Amino acid sequence: MSDPVILLDQVNKWFGAFHVLKDVSMTVGKGEKVVVCGPSGSGKSTVIRCINRLEEHQKGRILVGGVELTSDIKMIERIRKDVGMVFQSFNLFPHLTVLENLTLAPNWVKGTPVKEATETAMAYLERVRIPEQANKYPGQLSGGQQQRVAIARALCMKPKVMLFDEPTSALDPEMIKEVLDVMITLAEEGMTMVCVTHEMGFARTVADKMVFMAEGRIVESSPPVEFFSNPKTERAQQFLGQILGH
Amino acid sequence: MTSNTNLDPKTASEIASHVEEPSQTELRAPRRSALNVLGWARENLFSSAPNTLLTVLAVSLLVWAVPPLLGWVLLKATFLGADPQACREAGGACWSFIEVKHRFILFGLYPHDEHWRPLLAMGLFLSAIAASCDPRFWNLRILAVWGAALPFCGLLMWGGLLGLTFVGNDKWGGLPLTLILATLGIVLAFPLSVLLALGRRSDMPAIRAICVGYIETVRGVPLVSVLFMASIMFPLFLPEGMTIDKLLRAQLGIMLFTAAYLAEAVRGGLQALPKGQYEAADALGLSYWQKMGLIILPQALRLVIPPIVNQFISCFKDTSLVIIIGLYDLLTTAKTALSDPLWRPFYIESYVFAAFIYFLFCFFMSRYSQYLEKRLNAGLKR
Repeated sequence: MSDPVILLDQVNKWFGAFHVLKDVSMTVGKGEKVVVCGPSGSGKSTVIRCINRLEEHQKGRILVGGVELTSDIKMIERIRKDVGMVFQSFNLFPHLTVLENLTLAPNWVKGTPVKEATETAMAYLERVRIPEQANKYPGQLSGGQQQRVAIARALCMKPKVMLFDEPTSALDPEMIKEVLDVMITLAEEGMTMVCVTHEMGFARTVADKMVFMAEGRIVESSPPVEFFSNPKTERAQQFLGQILGH
Repeated sequence: MTSNTNLDPKTASEIASHVEEPSQTELRAPRRSALNVLGWARENLFSSAPNTLLTVLAVSLLVWAVPPLLGWVLLKATFLGADPQACREAGGACWSFIEVKHRFILFGLYPHDEHWRPLLAMGLFLSAIAASCDPRFWNLRILAVWGAALPFCGLLMWGGLLGLTFVGNDKWGGLPLTLILATLGIVLAFPLSVLLALGRRSDMPAIRAICVGYIETVRGVPLVSVLFMASIMFPLFLPEGMTIDKLLRAQLGIMLFTAAYLAEAVRGGLQALPKGQYEAADALGLSYWQKMGLIILPQALRLVIPPIVNQFISCFKDTSLVIIIGLYDLLTTAKTALSDPLWRPFYIESYVFAAFIYFLFCFFMSRYSQYLEKRLNAGLKR
């Protein structure tokens, strides 16, 4: 395997006195799909928020595309260009139309001309299957549609890797599938993905690697077949029992 | 709300019929007559003992206040051409005072024969303000408008070129002065306040300390003392022989003072935005200024239109405090117009006239802000 897209090496983080990440190490190769799971408060969201520096780590190293994340703002902005992120609560910009949400960053951050950015944006809206909503405001869309726009917005920056922070947790049950379908298509096209999610069906379908976290540590890291059929640790067995049990 | 404990059964059933079957009310509409008016009065004005008491109180207050007021303003008032003697005999408002003194009240000490210049300048100034309020001008065109209007206003007010006699700004006064102080104060204070608000939330401790220090200091002192310092203390610190114009000093004082208050209103908006908006902008790789200019401020500022306009209105009226440093703003000229011994008794007319002008501008700002809120929130309905 070539150089990993993401490399976490002994990453530690504290919120005040609370030790949230304890020696977290992992690699994500090009085209690899990693699903991070674990009970709430295990630090799984914090891990991926460290990858694009929404959270600062205090110890250890994080490399994205071979560039190390430091407090150097130029480096941070460079890495953020290559890392797309999808949030639990969508975080679309409510004062801009769907199309403007999609073209804003390519235009301002990458200097793409508006015309070209608009064409790219329309192409991605086609792919998430809502081109007809281009001129509406986010507030006029359903949750599932908003999340698909959010995915398209991240893709418009042509990122090397996509981070998903519980993308379906804020959705009504009937809308989860339309978002997961988009994510599955994306995975099939070879996008490098790191997903924090409780959707184990999705994990089974797309994941190359399951990472199970508890209390700020990576407890288990294995291929999904192994993880689901034969979890090694008691914590993982317990977690899977709870999440799949009903 | 009205309680219906004291209603007689007939009225109660009447209300019930109104509530249950609105169509019947519509059918009965043509018969709307004295009876219906009585019914309406009973429902709305006399539905309970406290309600009846309030109605009686309000009516007696109106009876007590309205006829004399109407008598003073209109019936017993004297209008065009009346001299003070005639005014005193009529006993009502002496509007001829305004006729005689309006040019002084509006333009202060500006040379009488040149009054057309401040009038024209004010017309230009107000047109530029009107253009700024029109969404069709919310682009680079507005800079062109102001770029053309301001030098023209300056030329008209100062003169000294093109055959216009020079009029120093110590002679400016009245409404043009109030408009200049208020508008420039507001327009210059606004960007400064945004910077102060951003600085107060900055990650950089030095910038944060400066902004907090500035805002808290300025908010801690009255505008009067800021103006005093600007006009009396500040020149003491300047090198000998160097002076800064009194009007400019007052203008700076008003601007710096207003900025501190506005900054807190803007900060309220910044804090009201969900953290996710900041994070989404960060995650897309936007720089700090892009994030603020494109994502955060457009949303934060429209949230705080009411307190911002509140501050604008307050700034407009606070310009009247420049009286303490000897500038002739609208309120000062209204007061000075009374120093004519002939017309001295008619101070109410003078202040009513000034108040009316203040009211016109403040009411416009208030209505415009309501329009703006509606317009800007049109797409945000959720």
